[in-house]
Amino acid sequence: MLDHNSDNHLPPLPGVGYKPQHYSAILADPAPVGWLEIHAENYMGNGGRPIAQLRHLAERFPISVHGVGLSIGGEGALDKDHLARLKHLVDWLNPASFSEHLAWSTHDSHFLNDLLPLPYTETTLTRVCDHIDEVQETLNRQMLLENPSSYLAFAESTLSETEFLRRVTQRTGCGLLLDVNNVFVSATNLKTSPQDYIDDFPLTAVGEIHLGGHDEDEDETGAPLLIDSHGAAIVDPVWALLDYTLERSGPKPTLIEWDNDVPDWPELAAEATRAATALSKVTA
Amino acid sequence: MTVSQSSFQAALLDPSLAAPNGLCNPDGQQASKRYDVYRNNVAVSLTDALVAGFPVLHKLVGDQFFRAMAGVYLRKHPPKSPLMMYYGEEMPQFLRRFQPAQSLKYLPDIAKLEIAMRRAYHAADATPIDPQRLSEIAPNQLLSSRVRLAPALAIIRSDYPIHAIYLANTTADAPAPIMRPETVLVTRPNLDPEIHLISQASASCIATLMQGSPLGETLTDETLDLGATLSLLLGQSAVTEIY
Repeated sequence: MLDHNSDNHLPPLPGVGYKPQHYSAILADPAPVGWLEIHAENYMGNGGRPIAQLRHLAERFPISVHGVGLSIGGEGALDKDHLARLKHLVDWLNPASFSEHLAWSTHDSHFLNDLLPLPYTETTLTRVCDHIDEVQETLNRQMLLENPSSYLAFAESTLSETEFLRRVTQRTGCGLLLDVNNVFVSATNLKTSPQDYIDDFPLTAVGEIHLGGHDEDEDETGAPLLIDSHGAAIVDPVWALLDYTLERSGPKPTLIEWDNDVPDWPELAAEATRAATALSKVTA
Repeated sequence: MTVSQSSFQAALLDPSLAAPNGLCNPDGQQASKRYDVYRNNVAVSLTDALVAGFPVLHKLVGDQFFRAMAGVYLRKHPPKSPLMMYYGEEMPQFLRRFQPAQSLKYLPDIAKLEIAMRRAYHAADATPIDPQRLSEIAPNQLLSSRVRLAPALAIIRSDYPIHAIYLANTTADAPAPIMRPETVLVTRPNLDPEIHLISQASASCIATLMQGSPLGETLTDETLDLGATLSLLLGQSAVTEIY
Protein backbone atom coordinates (compact mmCIF):
# COMPACT_ATOMS: atom_id res chain seq x y z
CA MET A 1 0.00 0.00 0.00
CA LEU A 2 1.29 3.43 -0.93
CA ASP A 3 0.24 6.84 0.28
CA HIS A 4 -1.30 9.20 -2.21
CA ASN A 5 0.93 11.94 -3.53
CA SER A 6 -1.26 14.72 -2.20
CA ASP A 7 -0.10 17.93 -3.88
CA ASN A 8 0.06 16.76 -7.49
CA HIS A 9 -3.33 15.62 -8.80
CA LEU A 10 -5.20 15.91 -12.09
CA PRO A 11 -7.93 18.56 -11.80
CA PRO A 12 -11.59 17.46 -12.28
CA LEU A 13 -11.64 19.11 -15.72
CA PRO A 14 -11.54 17.87 -19.32
CA GLY A 15 -8.20 16.70 -20.65
CA VAL A 16 -7.11 15.50 -24.09
CA GLY A 17 -4.70 12.89 -25.34
CA TYR A 18 -1.81 15.02 -26.57
CA LYS A 19 -0.88 14.80 -30.25
CA PRO A 20 2.21 16.67 -31.53
CA GLN A 21 0.23 18.19 -34.43
CA HIS A 22 -1.80 20.15 -31.84
CA TYR A 23 1.24 21.59 -30.04
CA SER A 24 0.92 25.19 -31.23
CA ALA A 25 -2.89 25.24 -31.11
CA ILE A 26 -2.95 23.98 -27.51
CA LEU A 27 -0.43 26.56 -26.36
CA ALA A 28 -2.32 29.34 -28.18
CA ASP A 29 -5.80 28.49 -26.86
CA PRO A 30 -6.13 25.47 -24.61
CA ALA A 31 -9.66 26.23 -23.33
CA PRO A 32 -11.48 24.22 -22.03
CA VAL A 33 -8.65 21.72 -21.57
CA GLY A 34 -7.18 21.65 -18.08
CA TRP A 35 -4.60 18.88 -18.45
CA LEU A 36 -2.95 16.62 -21.03
CA GLU A 37 -2.29 12.90 -21.28
CA ILE A 38 0.69 11.37 -23.07
CA HIS A 39 1.53 7.79 -23.95
CA ALA A 40 4.58 6.93 -21.87
CA GLU A 41 6.30 4.93 -24.62
CA ASN A 42 6.39 7.90 -27.03
CA TYR A 43 8.61 9.79 -24.59
CA MET A 44 11.16 7.09 -23.87
CA GLY A 45 13.68 8.25 -26.45
CA ASN A 46 16.89 9.89 -25.26
CA GLY A 47 16.07 13.45 -26.31
CA GLY A 48 14.96 15.53 -29.26
CA ARG A 49 11.66 17.18 -30.12
CA PRO A 50 9.21 14.88 -28.24
CA ILE A 51 10.93 15.43 -24.92
CA ALA A 52 11.55 19.14 -25.58
CA GLN A 53 7.81 19.59 -26.28
CA LEU A 54 6.84 17.59 -23.22
CA ARG A 55 9.11 19.67 -20.95
CA HIS A 56 7.47 22.83 -22.29
CA LEU A 57 3.90 21.51 -21.99
CA ALA A 58 4.57 20.30 -18.44
CA GLU A 59 5.29 23.91 -17.43
CA ARG A 60 1.75 24.86 -18.47
CA PHE A 61 -0.40 21.79 -17.82
CA PRO A 62 -0.72 18.93 -15.35
CA ILE A 63 0.38 15.82 -17.25
CA SER A 64 -1.02 12.32 -17.03
CA VAL A 65 1.36 9.57 -18.16
CA HIS A 66 -0.57 6.68 -19.67
CA GLY A 67 1.43 3.51 -20.34
CA VAL A 68 0.50 1.12 -23.13
CA GLY A 69 3.41 -1.32 -22.97
CA LEU A 70 3.93 -2.59 -19.43
CA SER A 71 1.87 -5.78 -19.93
CA ILE A 72 0.58 -5.86 -16.36
CA GLY A 73 -1.64 -8.84 -17.16
CA GLY A 74 1.25 -10.81 -18.66
CA GLU A 75 1.95 -14.38 -17.50
CA GLY A 76 5.67 -13.66 -17.39
CA ALA A 77 7.60 -11.22 -15.19
CA LEU A 78 7.39 -7.50 -15.96
CA ASP A 79 10.04 -6.26 -18.42
CA LYS A 80 12.65 -4.78 -16.05
CA ASP A 81 14.20 -2.62 -18.77
CA HIS A 82 10.82 -1.16 -19.61
CA LEU A 83 10.00 -0.53 -15.97
CA ALA A 84 13.35 1.25 -15.58
CA ARG A 85 12.56 3.48 -18.60
CA LEU A 86 9.18 4.25 -17.08
CA LYS A 87 10.77 5.13 -13.75
CA HIS A 88 13.19 7.48 -15.50
CA LEU A 89 10.30 9.28 -17.25
CA VAL A 90 8.17 9.53 -14.11
CA ASP A 91 11.14 10.70 -12.04
CA TRP A 92 12.07 13.65 -14.25
CA LEU A 93 8.54 14.61 -15.28
CA ASN A 94 6.82 14.10 -11.91
CA PRO A 95 3.42 13.77 -13.63
CA ALA A 96 0.10 14.32 -11.87
CA SER A 97 -0.91 10.73 -12.63
CA PHE A 98 0.37 7.43 -14.00
CA SER A 99 -2.00 4.83 -15.42
CA GLU A 100 -1.82 1.50 -17.24
CA HIS A 101 -4.19 -1.18 -18.51
CA LEU A 102 -5.75 -4.38 -17.22
CA ALA A 103 -4.34 -6.24 -20.23
CA TRP A 104 -1.22 -7.92 -21.54
CA SER A 105 0.83 -7.02 -24.61
CA THR A 106 4.14 -8.85 -24.21
CA HIS A 107 4.69 -12.58 -24.14
CA ASP A 108 7.91 -14.53 -24.57
CA SER A 109 9.84 -11.28 -25.31
CA HIS A 110 7.50 -10.35 -28.15
CA PHE A 111 5.55 -7.09 -27.91
CA LEU A 112 2.26 -7.26 -29.81
CA ASN A 113 1.25 -3.57 -29.66
CA ASP A 114 -2.32 -4.33 -28.61
CA LEU A 115 -4.16 -4.60 -25.30
CA LEU A 116 -4.89 -8.31 -25.05
CA PRO A 117 -7.49 -9.76 -22.68
CA LEU A 118 -7.08 -11.98 -19.64
CA PRO A 119 -9.48 -14.26 -17.80
CA TYR A 120 -10.65 -13.14 -14.37
CA THR A 121 -9.62 -15.86 -11.90
CA GLU A 122 -7.88 -16.06 -8.52
CA THR A 123 -4.66 -16.92 -10.38
CA THR A 124 -4.74 -13.89 -12.67
CA LEU A 125 -5.82 -11.68 -9.77
CA THR A 126 -2.71 -12.63 -7.80
CA ARG A 127 -0.47 -12.09 -10.80
CA VAL A 128 -1.94 -8.66 -11.64
CA CYS A 129 -1.67 -7.58 -7.98
CA ASP A 130 1.97 -8.72 -7.80
CA HIS A 131 2.77 -6.72 -10.93
CA ILE A 132 0.97 -3.62 -9.66
CA ASP A 133 2.82 -3.89 -6.34
CA GLU A 134 6.10 -4.01 -8.26
CA VAL A 135 5.16 -0.98 -10.40
CA GLN A 136 4.01 1.10 -7.44
CA GLU A 137 7.08 0.21 -5.40
CA THR A 138 9.43 0.96 -8.29
CA LEU A 139 7.78 4.27 -9.18
CA ASN A 140 7.12 5.11 -5.53
CA ARG A 141 3.62 6.32 -6.38
CA GLN A 142 0.09 5.09 -6.77
CA MET A 143 -0.99 4.03 -10.24
CA LEU A 144 -4.42 3.85 -11.86
CA LEU A 145 -5.55 0.66 -13.64
CA GLU A 146 -7.89 0.96 -16.65
CA ASN A 147 -10.81 -1.36 -17.44
CA PRO A 148 -10.46 -2.92 -20.93
CA SER A 149 -12.72 -3.15 -23.97
CA SER A 150 -13.86 -6.76 -24.30
CA TYR A 151 -14.71 -8.51 -27.56
CA LEU A 152 -15.06 -11.98 -26.06
CA ALA A 153 -15.28 -13.79 -22.74
CA PHE A 154 -13.10 -16.52 -21.23
CA ALA A 155 -14.93 -19.71 -20.28
CA GLU A 156 -12.51 -20.07 -17.34
CA SER A 157 -13.38 -16.70 -15.70
CA THR A 158 -14.80 -17.00 -12.18
CA LEU A 159 -14.94 -13.31 -11.22
CA SER A 160 -16.78 -10.41 -12.81
CA GLU A 161 -14.59 -7.59 -14.11
CA THR A 162 -15.89 -5.15 -11.48
CA GLU A 163 -15.23 -7.67 -8.69
CA PHE A 164 -11.75 -8.30 -10.09
CA LEU A 165 -10.96 -4.57 -10.19
CA ARG A 166 -12.40 -3.99 -6.72
CA ARG A 167 -10.17 -6.70 -5.26
CA VAL A 168 -7.12 -5.33 -7.12
CA THR A 169 -7.66 -1.91 -5.50
CA GLN A 170 -8.16 -3.51 -2.07
CA ARG A 171 -5.00 -5.60 -2.31
CA THR A 172 -2.63 -3.07 -3.94
CA GLY A 173 -4.03 0.34 -3.01
CA CYS A 174 -4.01 1.32 -6.69
CA GLY A 175 -6.67 3.60 -8.13
CA LEU A 176 -8.78 2.99 -11.21
CA LEU A 177 -9.14 4.65 -14.58
CA LEU A 178 -12.73 4.18 -15.70
CA ASP A 179 -13.02 4.17 -19.49
CA VAL A 180 -16.72 4.79 -20.10
CA ASN A 181 -16.44 3.98 -23.79
CA ASN A 182 -14.83 0.65 -22.90
CA VAL A 183 -17.76 -0.05 -20.55
CA PHE A 184 -20.20 0.65 -23.38
CA VAL A 185 -18.22 -1.41 -25.91
CA SER A 186 -17.84 -4.39 -23.55
CA ALA A 187 -21.47 -4.31 -22.44
CA THR A 188 -22.70 -4.25 -26.04
CA ASN A 189 -20.33 -7.03 -27.10
CA LEU A 190 -21.07 -9.25 -24.09
CA LYS A 191 -24.81 -8.41 -23.89
CA THR A 192 -24.64 -6.94 -20.38
CA SER A 193 -25.90 -3.64 -18.97
CA PRO A 194 -23.45 -0.72 -18.92
CA GLN A 195 -25.45 0.93 -16.12
CA ASP A 196 -25.21 -2.22 -14.00
CA TYR A 197 -21.44 -2.19 -14.57
CA ILE A 198 -21.20 1.43 -13.35
CA ASP A 199 -23.45 0.63 -10.37
CA ASP A 200 -21.12 -2.19 -9.40
CA PHE A 201 -17.87 -0.29 -10.10
CA PRO A 202 -15.81 0.92 -7.11
CA LEU A 203 -16.28 4.59 -8.05
CA THR A 204 -14.46 5.94 -4.99
CA ALA A 205 -11.23 4.48 -6.40
CA VAL A 206 -11.64 6.29 -9.74
CA GLY A 207 -8.92 8.88 -10.38
CA GLU A 208 -9.68 9.52 -14.03
CA ILE A 209 -12.32 8.87 -16.70
CA HIS A 210 -11.65 8.13 -20.38
CA LEU A 211 -13.99 8.79 -23.31
CA GLY A 212 -13.37 7.81 -26.90
CA GLY A 213 -14.92 6.76 -30.17
CA HIS A 214 -15.49 3.22 -31.42
CA ASP A 215 -16.23 1.43 -34.69
CA GLU A 216 -19.26 -0.78 -35.35
CA ASP A 217 -19.06 -4.30 -36.80
CA GLU A 218 -20.88 -7.63 -36.42
CA ASP A 219 -19.73 -11.09 -35.39
CA GLU A 220 -20.48 -14.25 -37.44
CA THR A 221 -23.90 -14.60 -35.79
CA GLY A 222 -24.91 -11.06 -36.77
CA ALA A 223 -24.56 -9.78 -33.19
CA PRO A 224 -23.16 -6.26 -32.82
CA LEU A 225 -19.40 -6.14 -32.31
CA LEU A 226 -18.08 -2.73 -31.28
CA ILE A 227 -14.38 -2.07 -31.64
CA ASP A 228 -12.50 0.41 -29.47
CA SER A 229 -10.75 2.43 -32.17
CA HIS A 230 -10.12 5.87 -30.63
CA GLY A 231 -10.64 7.02 -34.20
CA ALA A 232 -14.02 8.76 -34.21
CA ALA A 233 -16.29 11.15 -32.31
CA ILE A 234 -17.82 9.94 -29.03
CA VAL A 235 -21.36 8.63 -29.61
CA ASP A 236 -24.42 9.93 -27.71
CA PRO A 237 -25.02 6.75 -25.64
CA VAL A 238 -21.45 7.06 -24.30
CA TRP A 239 -22.06 10.72 -23.38
CA ALA A 240 -25.23 9.58 -21.60
CA LEU A 241 -23.24 6.91 -19.76
CA LEU A 242 -20.75 9.62 -18.71
CA ASP A 243 -23.64 11.62 -17.19
CA TYR A 244 -24.86 8.47 -15.43
CA THR A 245 -21.36 7.89 -14.05
CA LEU A 246 -20.66 11.48 -12.97
CA GLU A 247 -24.00 11.66 -11.11
CA ARG A 248 -22.69 8.81 -8.95
CA SER A 249 -18.98 9.60 -8.79
CA GLY A 250 -18.98 13.40 -8.71
CA PRO A 251 -16.61 15.35 -10.98
CA LYS A 252 -13.50 13.50 -12.17
CA PRO A 253 -10.66 14.38 -14.55
CA THR A 254 -12.21 13.35 -17.88
CA LEU A 255 -10.11 12.63 -20.95
CA ILE A 256 -10.98 12.71 -24.66
CA GLU A 257 -8.92 9.96 -26.35
CA TRP A 258 -8.56 10.34 -30.10
CA ASP A 259 -5.52 8.44 -31.38
CA ASN A 260 -6.33 7.52 -34.99
CA ASP A 261 -7.62 9.75 -37.80
CA VAL A 262 -6.87 12.59 -35.39
CA PRO A 263 -9.00 15.68 -36.12
CA ASP A 264 -7.90 19.30 -36.17
CA TRP A 265 -7.74 21.02 -32.79
CA PRO A 266 -11.15 22.76 -32.93
CA GLU A 267 -12.97 19.44 -33.37
CA LEU A 268 -11.08 17.86 -30.47
CA ALA A 269 -11.59 20.98 -28.32
CA ALA A 270 -15.35 20.75 -29.06
CA GLU A 271 -15.41 17.24 -27.57
CA ALA A 272 -13.58 18.59 -24.52
CA THR A 273 -16.17 21.39 -24.26
CA ARG A 274 -18.93 18.77 -24.23
CA ALA A 275 -17.09 16.99 -21.39
CA ALA A 276 -16.81 20.33 -19.54
CA THR A 277 -20.61 20.73 -19.83
CA ALA A 278 -21.15 17.23 -18.41
CA LEU A 279 -18.75 17.98 -15.54
CA SER A 280 -20.46 21.31 -14.78
CA LYS A 281 -23.78 19.50 -14.20
CA VAL A 282 -22.45 17.68 -11.13
CA THR A 283 -20.95 18.93 -7.90
CA ALA A 284 -18.31 17.37 -5.74
CA MET B 1 -10.13 -25.02 -19.79
CA THR B 2 -7.47 -22.32 -19.55
CA VAL B 3 -6.23 -20.29 -22.50
CA SER B 4 -2.48 -19.78 -22.18
CA GLN B 5 -0.93 -16.57 -23.44
CA SER B 6 1.36 -18.72 -25.59
CA SER B 7 -1.58 -20.17 -27.49
CA PHE B 8 -3.34 -16.78 -27.63
CA GLN B 9 -0.21 -15.19 -29.07
CA ALA B 10 0.64 -17.98 -31.52
CA ALA B 11 -2.70 -17.74 -33.31
CA LEU B 12 -2.54 -13.93 -33.40
CA LEU B 13 0.37 -14.03 -35.80
CA ASP B 14 -0.47 -17.25 -37.64
CA PRO B 15 -3.73 -17.07 -39.59
CA SER B 16 -3.55 -20.83 -40.30
CA LEU B 17 -4.14 -21.54 -36.58
CA ALA B 18 -7.72 -21.57 -35.26
CA ALA B 19 -8.68 -19.25 -32.42
CA PRO B 20 -7.84 -20.92 -29.08
CA ASN B 21 -10.59 -22.96 -27.40
CA GLY B 22 -12.05 -21.39 -24.29
CA LEU B 23 -12.89 -18.00 -25.80
CA CYS B 24 -16.59 -17.43 -26.26
CA ASN B 25 -19.34 -15.04 -27.23
CA PRO B 26 -22.05 -14.06 -24.69
CA ASP B 27 -24.01 -17.20 -25.56
CA GLY B 28 -21.05 -19.41 -24.65
CA GLN B 29 -20.24 -20.32 -28.26
CA GLN B 30 -16.79 -20.28 -29.89
CA ALA B 31 -15.83 -16.71 -30.79
CA SER B 32 -13.54 -16.85 -33.80
CA LYS B 33 -14.58 -13.58 -35.42
CA ARG B 34 -14.29 -11.88 -32.05
CA TYR B 35 -10.77 -13.27 -31.68
CA ASP B 36 -10.05 -11.91 -35.16
CA VAL B 37 -10.46 -8.37 -33.77
CA TYR B 38 -7.18 -8.91 -31.88
CA ARG B 39 -5.52 -10.47 -34.94
CA ASN B 40 -6.52 -7.46 -36.96
CA ASN B 41 -5.48 -4.94 -34.28
CA VAL B 42 -2.01 -6.47 -34.01
CA ALA B 43 -1.41 -6.63 -37.77
CA VAL B 44 -2.82 -3.17 -38.48
CA SER B 45 -1.07 -1.42 -35.60
CA LEU B 46 2.31 -2.93 -36.44
CA THR B 47 1.84 -2.20 -40.15
CA ASP B 48 0.89 1.41 -39.35
CA ALA B 49 4.00 1.71 -37.17
CA LEU B 50 6.14 0.58 -40.11
CA VAL B 51 4.37 2.99 -42.49
CA ALA B 52 5.08 5.82 -40.05
CA GLY B 53 8.67 4.70 -39.55
CA PHE B 54 9.59 4.26 -43.23
CA PRO B 55 7.79 7.06 -45.11
CA VAL B 56 10.21 7.07 -48.06
CA LEU B 57 10.25 3.29 -48.40
CA HIS B 58 6.44 3.42 -48.31
CA LYS B 59 6.38 6.03 -51.06
CA LEU B 60 8.90 4.16 -53.20
CA VAL B 61 7.02 0.84 -53.28
CA GLY B 62 3.45 2.15 -52.88
CA ASP B 63 0.89 1.55 -50.15
CA GLN B 64 -0.38 -1.83 -51.36
CA PHE B 65 3.08 -3.38 -51.78
CA PHE B 66 4.32 -1.88 -48.51
CA ARG B 67 1.39 -3.22 -46.47
CA ALA B 68 1.72 -6.70 -47.99
CA MET B 69 5.46 -6.63 -47.26
CA ALA B 70 4.82 -5.35 -43.72
CA GLY B 71 2.48 -8.31 -43.15
CA VAL B 72 5.37 -10.67 -43.89
CA TYR B 73 7.87 -8.59 -41.90
CA LEU B 74 5.80 -8.29 -38.72
CA ARG B 75 5.31 -12.07 -38.54
CA LYS B 76 8.99 -12.71 -39.05
CA HIS B 77 10.15 -9.86 -36.80
CA PRO B 78 7.52 -8.99 -34.20
CA PRO B 79 8.68 -6.13 -31.93
CA LYS B 80 11.02 -7.06 -29.10
CA SER B 81 10.25 -3.90 -27.12
CA PRO B 82 7.26 -1.60 -26.55
CA LEU B 83 9.20 1.34 -28.03
CA MET B 84 7.45 1.44 -31.39
CA MET B 85 9.52 4.48 -32.39
CA TYR B 86 12.38 2.06 -33.06
CA TYR B 87 10.34 -0.77 -34.63
CA GLY B 88 11.72 -2.06 -37.92
CA GLU B 89 15.44 -2.37 -37.08
CA GLU B 90 15.73 -5.59 -39.11
CA MET B 91 14.15 -4.05 -42.22
CA PRO B 92 17.44 -3.67 -44.20
CA GLN B 93 18.36 -7.37 -43.78
CA PHE B 94 14.75 -8.40 -44.40
CA LEU B 95 14.59 -6.44 -47.66
CA ARG B 96 17.84 -7.96 -48.88
CA ARG B 97 16.18 -11.40 -48.78
CA PHE B 98 12.60 -10.40 -49.63
CA GLN B 99 12.12 -11.89 -53.10
CA PRO B 100 9.43 -9.50 -54.44
CA ALA B 101 11.72 -6.49 -53.78
CA GLN B 102 14.86 -7.92 -55.38
CA SER B 103 14.73 -5.60 -58.40
CA LEU B 104 14.99 -2.50 -56.17
CA LYS B 105 18.53 -3.00 -54.87
CA TYR B 106 18.66 0.36 -53.10
CA LEU B 107 15.72 -0.35 -50.75
CA PRO B 108 17.81 -1.86 -47.91
CA ASP B 109 20.02 1.24 -47.79
CA ILE B 110 17.01 3.58 -47.86
CA ALA B 111 15.67 1.58 -44.89
CA LYS B 112 19.02 2.02 -43.13
CA LEU B 113 18.86 5.77 -43.74
CA GLU B 114 15.32 6.04 -42.39
CA ILE B 115 16.28 4.06 -39.28
CA ALA B 116 19.26 6.38 -38.74
CA MET B 117 17.00 9.44 -39.10
CA ARG B 118 14.53 8.06 -36.55
CA ARG B 119 17.37 7.32 -34.13
CA ALA B 120 18.68 10.84 -34.70
CA TYR B 121 15.23 12.32 -34.01
CA HIS B 122 15.15 10.59 -30.60
CA ALA B 123 18.88 10.87 -29.84
CA ALA B 124 20.12 12.53 -26.67
CA ASP B 125 20.38 16.31 -26.75
CA ALA B 126 23.93 17.62 -26.97
CA THR B 127 25.33 21.11 -26.42
CA PRO B 128 27.60 22.08 -29.33
CA ILE B 129 30.86 23.95 -28.85
CA ASP B 130 31.28 27.48 -30.20
CA PRO B 131 32.96 27.01 -33.63
CA GLN B 132 35.45 29.69 -32.52
CA ARG B 133 36.95 27.14 -30.14
CA LEU B 134 38.65 25.43 -33.06
CA SER B 135 40.55 28.55 -34.10
CA GLU B 136 41.77 29.03 -30.54
CA ILE B 137 43.73 25.78 -30.66
CA ALA B 138 47.44 26.26 -31.36
CA PRO B 139 48.35 24.90 -34.83
CA ASN B 140 50.94 22.51 -33.38
CA GLN B 141 48.26 21.00 -31.11
CA LEU B 142 45.49 20.71 -33.69
CA LEU B 143 46.47 17.34 -35.13
CA SER B 144 46.72 15.74 -31.70
CA SER B 145 43.28 17.12 -30.68
CA ARG B 146 40.22 14.91 -30.47
CA VAL B 147 36.56 15.81 -30.76
CA ARG B 148 33.43 14.38 -29.21
CA LEU B 149 30.51 14.23 -31.65
CA ALA B 150 26.75 14.51 -31.06
CA PRO B 151 24.96 11.18 -30.50
CA ALA B 152 22.53 11.96 -33.34
CA LEU B 153 25.29 11.60 -35.94
CA ALA B 154 25.27 8.62 -38.34
CA ILE B 155 26.98 7.69 -41.60
CA ILE B 156 25.25 5.54 -44.23
CA ARG B 157 27.37 4.33 -47.15
CA SER B 158 25.63 2.93 -50.21
CA ASP B 159 26.40 1.65 -53.70
CA TYR B 160 23.25 3.52 -54.77
CA PRO B 161 22.27 7.22 -54.90
CA ILE B 162 20.40 7.14 -51.58
CA HIS B 163 20.78 10.87 -50.93
CA ALA B 164 19.24 11.76 -54.28
CA ILE B 165 16.50 9.12 -53.93
CA TYR B 166 15.64 10.38 -50.46
CA LEU B 167 15.46 13.99 -51.62
CA ALA B 168 13.45 13.12 -54.74
CA ASN B 169 10.81 11.56 -52.48
CA THR B 170 10.70 14.21 -49.78
CA THR B 171 11.25 17.58 -51.45
CA ALA B 172 9.68 19.36 -54.38
CA ASP B 173 11.84 20.07 -57.45
CA ALA B 174 14.65 17.74 -56.37
CA PRO B 175 16.79 16.56 -59.30
CA ALA B 176 16.27 13.01 -60.60
CA PRO B 177 18.77 10.57 -59.05
CA ILE B 178 21.67 9.42 -61.22
CA MET B 179 23.14 5.97 -60.71
CA ARG B 180 26.25 6.29 -58.50
CA PRO B 181 27.38 5.33 -54.99
CA GLU B 182 26.50 7.91 -52.35
CA THR B 183 27.39 8.36 -48.70
CA VAL B 184 25.10 10.28 -46.36
CA LEU B 185 25.77 11.99 -43.05
CA VAL B 186 22.75 12.28 -40.73
CA THR B 187 22.87 15.23 -38.35
CA ARG B 188 20.44 16.93 -35.98
CA PRO B 189 21.48 20.59 -35.65
CA ASN B 190 18.45 21.39 -33.51
CA LEU B 191 15.35 19.20 -33.30
CA ASP B 192 14.99 17.99 -36.89
CA PRO B 193 17.36 15.47 -38.48
CA GLU B 194 19.05 16.52 -41.72
CA ILE B 195 20.92 14.55 -44.37
CA HIS B 196 24.09 15.64 -46.15
CA LEU B 197 25.85 14.11 -49.13
CA ILE B 198 29.51 13.62 -48.17
CA SER B 199 32.59 12.17 -49.87
CA GLN B 200 34.04 8.75 -48.99
CA ALA B 201 37.08 10.55 -47.58
CA SER B 202 34.93 12.77 -45.39
CA ALA B 203 32.94 9.75 -44.20
CA SER B 204 36.13 7.89 -43.24
CA CYS B 205 37.38 10.99 -41.41
CA ILE B 206 34.15 11.37 -39.40
CA ALA B 207 34.06 7.64 -38.64
CA THR B 208 37.63 7.88 -37.29
CA LEU B 209 36.71 10.90 -35.17
CA MET B 210 33.66 9.05 -33.83
CA GLN B 211 36.03 6.38 -32.52
CA GLY B 212 37.84 9.06 -30.50
CA SER B 213 41.00 9.19 -32.61
CA PRO B 214 42.92 12.48 -32.92
CA LEU B 215 42.42 14.70 -35.96
CA GLY B 216 45.86 13.78 -37.29
CA GLU B 217 44.85 10.15 -37.71
CA THR B 218 42.08 11.08 -40.13
CA LEU B 219 44.56 12.37 -42.73
CA THR B 220 45.06 9.04 -44.48
CA ASP B 221 43.25 10.01 -47.69
CA GLU B 222 44.81 12.78 -49.78
CA THR B 223 41.42 13.69 -51.24
CA LEU B 224 40.13 14.63 -47.75
CA ASP B 225 39.23 18.28 -47.25
CA LEU B 226 39.57 18.33 -43.46
CA GLY B 227 38.59 22.01 -43.22
CA ALA B 228 35.33 21.44 -45.10
CA THR B 229 34.53 18.33 -43.07
CA LEU B 230 35.10 20.14 -39.78
CA SER B 231 33.03 23.13 -40.85
CA LEU B 232 30.18 20.83 -41.84
CA LEU B 233 30.32 19.21 -38.39
CA LEU B 234 30.60 22.54 -36.58
CA GLY B 235 27.84 24.10 -38.72
CA GLN B 236 25.56 21.19 -37.90
CA SER B 237 26.12 21.62 -34.14
CA ALA B 238 27.64 18.14 -34.20
CA VAL B 239 30.84 18.84 -32.22
CA THR B 240 30.20 18.80 -28.49
CA GLU B 241 33.78 18.87 -27.20
CA ILE B 242 37.32 19.44 -28.46
CA TYR B 243 40.11 18.27 -26.20
